[in-house]
Amino acid sequence: MNISSLYIKEGRAINRAKGSLLIAESIPGIKFNEIVDVQLSNGEIKSGQAIDISEEATVVQVFGGVSGVDLIGSKIRCKGETLKLPVSTDILGRIFNGMGDSIDGAPPIVPDGYLDINGQPINPASRQPPAEFIETGISAIDGLNALVRGQKLPIFSGSGLPHNRIAAQIIRQATVKSKKEEKFALVFGAIGISYDDASFFIRNLERTGALDRTIAFINTASDPVIERISTPRLALTAAEYLAWEQDMHVLVILTDMTNYCEALRELSSMREEIPSRRGYPGYMYTDLATMYERAGRIMGKKGSLTIMPILTMPDDDITHPIPDLTGYITEGQIVLSRNLERKGIYPPIDVFLSLSRMMKEGIGPDKTREDHNNAFMQSYAAYAEGCYLREISTIIGAEALGERDKIYLTNADKFESEFIAQGELEKRSVEGTLDIAWSLFSVLPEEDLKLISEKFIKKYLPKYSKKQT
Amino acid sequence: MGKIWRVSGPLIIADNMKGSQVYEIVEIGKEGIVGEIIGLERNKAIIQAHEDTLGLKTGETVRGTGKILSAELGPGLVGSIYDGLQKSLLTLVENTGSFIKRGAKAYALPRDKKWQFSPTAKVGDPVSGGDIIGTVPETNLIEHKIMVPAGIKGNIREIRKGDFTVEEPIAWVEHKNEVNELKLMQEWPVRKPRPYKQRLDPSGLLTTGMRIIDYMFPLALGGKAAMPGGFGTGKTVAQQQLVRWAQTQLNIYIGCGERGNEMADVLHSFRKLNDPSTGRLLQEKEIFIANTSNMPVVAREASIFVGVTMGEYFRDMGYDILLVADSTSRWAEAMREMGGRLEEMPGEEGFPSYMGSRLSSFYERAGMVNCLGSPKRKGSLTITGAVSPPGADFSEPVTQNTIRIVDALYALDVSLANKRHFPAISWLTSYSLYVDAVMDWWDKNDPGWHNTRAIALRVLQQEAELEEIVRLVGPEALPEGDKLLLLVAKMIREDFLQQSAYHEVDTYCTPAKAGLMLKTIIRFYELSQEMLNSGTGIENIRSSPMVYKISRMKDIPNETFERQIKELWLEMEKGLIVHKGGVS
Ligand SMILES: Nc1ncnc2c1ncn2[C@@H]1O[C@H](COP(=O)(O)OP(=O)(O)OP(=O)(O)O)[C@@H](O)[C@H]1O
Ligand SMILES: [Mg+2]
Repeated sequence: MNISSLYIKEGRAINRAKGSLLIAESIPGIKFNEIVDVQLSNGEIKSGQAIDISEEATVVQVFGGVSGVDLIGSKIRCKGETLKLPVSTDILGRIFNGMGDSIDGAPPIVPDGYLDINGQPINPASRQPPAEFIETGISAIDGLNALVRGQKLPIFSGSGLPHNRIAAQIIRQATVKSKKEEKFALVFGAIGISYDDASFFIRNLERTGALDRTIAFINTASDPVIERISTPRLALTAAEYLAWEQDMHVLVILTDMTNYCEALRELSSMREEIPSRRGYPGYMYTDLATMYERAGRIMGKKGSLTIMPILTMPDDDITHPIPDLTGYITEGQIVLSRNLERKGIYPPIDVFLSLSRMMKEGIGPDKTREDHNNAFMQSYAAYAEGCYLREISTIIGAEALGERDKIYLTNADKFESEFIAQGELEKRSVEGTLDIAWSLFSVLPEEDLKLISEKFIKKYLPKYSKKQT
Repeated sequence: MGKIWRVSGPLIIADNMKGSQVYEIVEIGKEGIVGEIIGLERNKAIIQAHEDTLGLKTGETVRGTGKILSAELGPGLVGSIYDGLQKSLLTLVENTGSFIKRGAKAYALPRDKKWQFSPTAKVGDPVSGGDIIGTVPETNLIEHKIMVPAGIKGNIREIRKGDFTVEEPIAWVEHKNEVNELKLMQEWPVRKPRPYKQRLDPSGLLTTGMRIIDYMFPLALGGKAAMPGGFGTGKTVAQQQLVRWAQTQLNIYIGCGERGNEMADVLHSFRKLNDPSTGRLLQEKEIFIANTSNMPVVAREASIFVGVTMGEYFRDMGYDILLVADSTSRWAEAMREMGGRLEEMPGEEGFPSYMGSRLSSFYERAGMVNCLGSPKRKGSLTITGAVSPPGADFSEPVTQNTIRIVDALYALDVSLANKRHFPAISWLTSYSLYVDAVMDWWDKNDPGWHNTRAIALRVLQQEAELEEIVRLVGPEALPEGDKLLLLVAKMIREDFLQQSAYHEVDTYCTPAKAGLMLKTIIRFYELSQEMLNSGTGIENIRSSPMVYKISRMKDIPNETFERQIKELWLEMEKGLIVHKGGVS
């Protein structure tokens, strides 16, 4: 990024090169964590970061390794700046790489200002609790794991599962019921994914005409690993600019955050830091949190910032540090299931492992429908019972079940094929989703509907609601 | 004046620091970033920065303040929202806007506000540390007792009545030729426990309004408890429920390295909800600390001590205080982060070897005490901490170290949470060692408690044993008696233990209602057993309207519960238990 080609300091004597670390004589004036250029004697320039500075020495981590650094001819040049993103409203519709340089061939941005890509923490006392329902048109999300503006809700996937298609469907369909005129934007951060996956999203956006209200930051698998660290931060900085300075409702999609975490581990081990679980650095929780916490709503500001990161769980293991730490930070998770995928169910959303913690604020009368919360709890309970009986019946056989249990067993199958499953191009209204839930309740014994208040039973259970109309 | 010699993340080494002391607070660079000295070596000081160090350079100034990390104590604490260093977050919003700027300062106690002070001591009275000399009505719920700071002793030479700011003198205490000025405010170093006269055993029920806690695994006033559980198992919701409904005089909520949106939610809801016993806004009896996960890591370490110091201060006034910390794992991680930078020998999973003792130095500050000074009074500080074990694996070091310290364990179970059984507190692995400590309380309020509780726990235990058989032979192959047991266990789980935090009525359940609910289920069990013995089939019992009615007990308000449940009992006893009234 060409913020300044003016180098203010230049240090020479590099004393030691080890792994990706250069240990040089102290460079006066260098700032902690600043981005530096390392010029090799053959003229090649690599970037690096000052990770430890003192009167005795400056430690620079070189991105992409230190091969080719000879201790005599190489130079470290510092710019006196940490990484910043140039911003202006013209960034909408543009595509950048993981250092913030534009890669779409269009003319460079004329910036209104530069923003530090690390952002600043939102004061908890000025946060507005998120409460506006986003209708994604997907029953398993809207009905059971509702998303609201300002939430951070990741998709936990596995390799080969259709997370990209689900994300694309959400991008296509997401709407908010609102009377007000509002501005939307999408920020897309691709982190270490294949070129094909990146272009799948871009084509999708193009096709739906959403590209001109999108900003994309693309770091593909073949791009430098270090830029995987800056890519999501650039994306979030752009999103903050749009949300807090331009009053927009911004949805940020980051994929694949597993690649981000792998990059973090790689850099950490090069720094010889003490590893925590499975080699990931102990600060990974905080590192991820400083990014995801940039989601939210702020009192007195019109915009909002919603984050939907996508990550693939190594070995489909939800206890792996990457999904585990993410789950400890985000406000729930949408988990994809290989089992449902094998049964041919799209979207294969595992509703037991999935959770939206902001749901209760976003649903109910005026927002979705008065019976939403009750219907949601009852659906879970019935499906859970059916799945438990399914498990038992694999050993003892379904015939050995009682009559009531058989009803629950069939209900679980229908729940998967009618409620969870839907077309990739099918956009269900939240009312439509709730009506499916009620049609499934109608085969259950009525006295079992303990989680629904009687007034809703009388109003929505098909056998009563049909009579009324 | 010192200067920066080295920067490595939150670790700063400053040169030219002769005369500094360990734990002294320093201000770094032109922004005045706050740091704390954690070690000294000749002229150099090792400093942990409580704020972000990005962009600092060697040679920038480091200024000692001569103070050690202390909390401001006095009127103005209640209803406030602080960061981990006790900066008022509301003041920061006014001064610097919606985002937290590095180095920004804000007092914990407002300096311009006047408080109405009424003395209770008079001129000539001999006083010493802990003595109450007057009161300030801080909120409608909290009468703030103004105490003589520890270490001061003498006779009151003058004491004033009227409206004062926290910095204006309100009394003078004379000892020999020395005169000490007393103010509404005092300070206390947060890492040092506040003194008391005598330590007592925890006793009396801390009513939480959560059935599984109050009835099954009770917490005593002055006790210490932990709540470990994987992500999404309900730690935060449970902790928030505790500070919402606990029948204590003041509660402190520490959000330590957790989510901003959760904090916003709790702050907003406390401005709207009323305390069940006084009907006043909950905000009038709460203090919040919000050091969210994106705020500086090192300040997390301080946040816990700042919170516990405020808790002890109100305990010293003779109040019962509950402090919850969410999550102590994030706190331990802050220690690990600093330890790593200092290149200390790491212990298990990279945590510093002193992590266990640091954890116990926090929990040990819980307790019931005879407070220092006169008049004679008892106060208690109860602590519950959330623990966030990686991969929900309780064998990890923070959980293990915590379990060793606490006397009540609320183990949250991922599989219960996945089934949406909330609170997901496992009845098989949780325990409370306070059962004896609360026996007196229950004897006075509900003499059948001990017995009812034991029956319920036994039924649940038997269910767990039967579960394995069910998986092999199916539920239909069991003898009738076992089928009934499974039915009753299910009723205990779903109609008693399950309690939605979001249910208008059920969110808070009085111990009286809890007792009656469980007794109803147990009575149902006894009657059903009799019926089975006299030949009624389990099918008839299962489909009895009583089963449905019992499941709706939760909806009945606390106030009218006793009356309404009596009707239910009559119906049950009359033999209406069998469908369509047909008793054999
Ligand atoms: N008592 C309860 N009643 C109703 N719902 C609950 C209850 N406890 C938890 N839940 C549900 O579970 C979700 C997760 O709970 P919570 O946020 O407290 O988990 P946590 O253990 O704090 O997770 P983390 O460690 O990630 O912070 C809540 O958003 C809510 O939907
Ligand atoms: Mg939590």
